Amino acid sequence: MFAVTAAALLVAMCLAMCRALLGPTAYDRVLALNNIGTMTVVLIAVLGFLNGRPDFLDLALAYALINFIGTIAVLKYIEYGDLGTSGGPRRRNASRR
Amino acid sequence: MMAQVLSVLVWALLLSGAFFLVTGALGMVRLPDVFTRMHAAGMADTMGAGLILVGLCVHSGVNLVTLRLLLVLAFLWFTSPIATHALAKAALSGGAEPYTLAGGDEGERGTEAEGGGMS
Repeated sequence: MFAVTAAALLVAMCLAMCRALLGPTAYDRVLALNNIGTMTVVLIAVLGFLNGRPDFLDLALAYALINFIGTIAVLKYIEYGDLGTSGGPRRRNASRR
Repeated sequence: MMAQVLSVLVWALLLSGAFFLVTGALGMVRLPDVFTRMHAAGMADTMGAGLILVGLCVHSGVNLVTLRLLLVLAFLWFTSPIATHALAKAALSGGAEPYTLAGGDEGERGTEAEGGGMS
């Protein structure tokens, strides 16, 4: 049953990768990559159970956090054009200072 | 008997989670807009990953592996809405326009949607 779930996960990751490659805007690509990261976390957990070694769950835990931080960083870079801003309401306020 | 019930439960949870994941990915390919795609991806994140991880919890019993699975589930359920919210905020301020039925070439269905909104 873990093999069936892993196959379904791979199919879903292929579909999301299609959206990441085709996406008309950058936000579509970020959304697809975030979803691929979430499915990678679940795939690591399922593959650990498939091999009979659930020790890989620590990797899944670390990957979930890295995925979240990466998504937020890419979004901040797209929105403000700079990773060092304090996150004000608009880009113009940050550039005036 | 108990092992069979648990096995059937794990099968049902894993397969329904896989169904939700494939449906969410399909919706992310086929839906017309970044916001509607966000909706499909949110369903895949919450229900798909949640059901699969709960199924793995039921399979592993009560030990340290279950604690790690629940931690992964908690992190996913905290970080996924935050990432989706940040993405929606960035997309709105970045100029992405939400897809509406009234503004497109489907005028008849657009008027139906407006009537439904007023009532």
